[in-house]
Amino acid sequence: MKYFRLIVANLMRAKRRTFLTVFSIAVALFLFCTLRTVITSFEASLRASQATRLVVRHAASLVFPLPLAYRERLAQVPGVTGITYGNWFGGYYQDPKNHFAQFAMDVPTMLDLFPETVLPPDQAQAFRSERTACIIGRALAKKYGWKIGDQIPIVGTIFPGEWRFNVRGIYEGKTRDVDENTLFFHWDFLNESLPEGRRSQVGIYWLRIGSPDLAAAVSHRVDAIFENSPQPTKTETEKAFQAGFISMIGNVQLLLTIIGSAIVFAIMLVTINTMMMAARERTTEIAVLKTLGFSDGLILRLVAGEALLVSLLGGILGCGLAALVFHQLDFTGGGFFPNFRVLPATVLTGLLLAAVMGILSGIGPAIAAARLRIASALRKVA
Amino acid sequence: MQEPRNGNLIELRDVHKVYHRDRNEVPVLQGINLEVQEGEFVALMGPSGSGKSTLLNLIAGIDSPTKGEVRVAGESLARLTSSKLAAWRARHIGFIFQLYNLIPVLTAYQNVELPLLLTRLSAKDRKKRVHFALDLVGLEERAKHIPRQLSGGEEQRVAIARAIVADPTLLVADEPTGDLDAKNAADILGLLQRLNQELGKTILMVTHDPHAAERAQKTLHLDKGVLQP
Repeated sequence: MKYFRLIVANLMRAKRRTFLTVFSIAVALFLFCTLRTVITSFEASLRASQATRLVVRHAASLVFPLPLAYRERLAQVPGVTGITYGNWFGGYYQDPKNHFAQFAMDVPTMLDLFPETVLPPDQAQAFRSERTACIIGRALAKKYGWKIGDQIPIVGTIFPGEWRFNVRGIYEGKTRDVDENTLFFHWDFLNESLPEGRRSQVGIYWLRIGSPDLAAAVSHRVDAIFENSPQPTKTETEKAFQAGFISMIGNVQLLLTIIGSAIVFAIMLVTINTMMMAARERTTEIAVLKTLGFSDGLILRLVAGEALLVSLLGGILGCGLAALVFHQLDFTGGGFFPNFRVLPATVLTGLLLAAVMGILSGIGPAIAAARLRIASALRKVA
Repeated sequence: MQEPRNGNLIELRDVHKVYHRDRNEVPVLQGINLEVQEGEFVALMGPSGSGKSTLLNLIAGIDSPTKGEVRVAGESLARLTSSKLAAWRARHIGFIFQLYNLIPVLTAYQNVELPLLLTRLSAKDRKKRVHFALDLVGLEERAKHIPRQLSGGEEQRVAIARAIVADPTLLVADEPTGDLDAKNAADILGLLQRLNQELGKTILMVTHDPHAAERAQKTLHLDKGVLQP
């Protein structure tokens, strides 16, 4: 502890340089936490997926709908114990940047098929019984300050026009991984409001099966039924569907990992250079400390300690800011990242990374300082 | 730690020092034999390049001879490892530089405290000793000032306080007045004399200045790496 003051004093010698170094490390670790959180939020979506639920969609693309008439035939497939369906609505609230997920769902069956979406019985009843009713997630309600009884106007992009929904319930996720940023409303309401040619079309069917072991067999049976129809299906587990949805934008995890690593690596090189400059500028002072009796090991620890302190300060600032900002903003990325929370594990990884950056950036200058020959450094040959 | 032999605090036997510049060997010290008694104040004079500071560095344990033995405070320095030599310096050597070499980001108090950080003294005891040292050099009221707020003479006095605060066996001073005006130089030399006479400190001082050398009890002359008789 008695040497800590010496480390701090040395860092305060060039305040601007120290601040800029801390700031650059903070920016790198802020980005690292952000990119890492993109991955963890994807993973959380996958964890929230039910192993006993299958997703049925058009074989060609999610863009193409399936006929409502498939409902009866799907329900009769052996192994299927429940069915619901819905459409991605794709609207926004007041301004296009206020984009979040909205689904038109078959309300009588959806609450039964999604037990992880917890809704009080009276709210569930109110939702079922009103054609223009909707329910919203707790996080969404908090973000926009909505409460039960409010009317929410949503501007449709896939289904043009302004749509007004009455909030009749606020659901909570059974676990932290469950998305609480979605608005659900009646598929019938949407269907009846559409022109004749667009009616009775379903984006996705969800099937409940008795056991995860049945997934492959049921998927095969469903796709076989519609194989030669004008609208063939693709059936997969909800987890596979989510993963496929994510992979539509490429190998995100690899991409983000590469970007994050590149940023951290680049900043580490800058930090190494800064620490080497800082140590080189103090060659005489280090020689003086050694003359006073500071051992090579102590000098090594002091110089390395400076680099470690700078990196950890940057790490605390960057990771802390990421955690705070995304918590305060309740960021959902337009509904694509419903669970966008910086996890404690991400913060810990960021701090560990900062410590590694500190050690790697400090070890070279620290070894050079420890090896410094006093007489040469004092440059005095009389 | 061994006891000094024959009351000698410093003993050098056939000490040579050779520097290598590019492919050339430059002999700096050639067969130096030297004895300094405990409590002596010795001035070491000689022209530039005569090897004065090199000799001082060898005695202070911050450089090593190419050949020969350097024995200070009963210890043959060649036998010590790097870490033991550092501990030995902390215990036995107080070094005063020509350009003061204070740490610019630390206050006078903190600069003087540096050698004490290497001891097991408590913060309270360190404080007592730092104030004692600063009082001795007449700078207690400047304790909170950083070096750039001090004059050259004051900086050198802080450097002297730093050199004596851990009560070392030997004070080595390399041109301690070389960067000071006449008045400040006289003050510093007076202070060194007091440390020698009143506290019994052994002092080895390198100087160009004959007036400075007059303050010492003994003057040695070095020329082309050889001690003159």
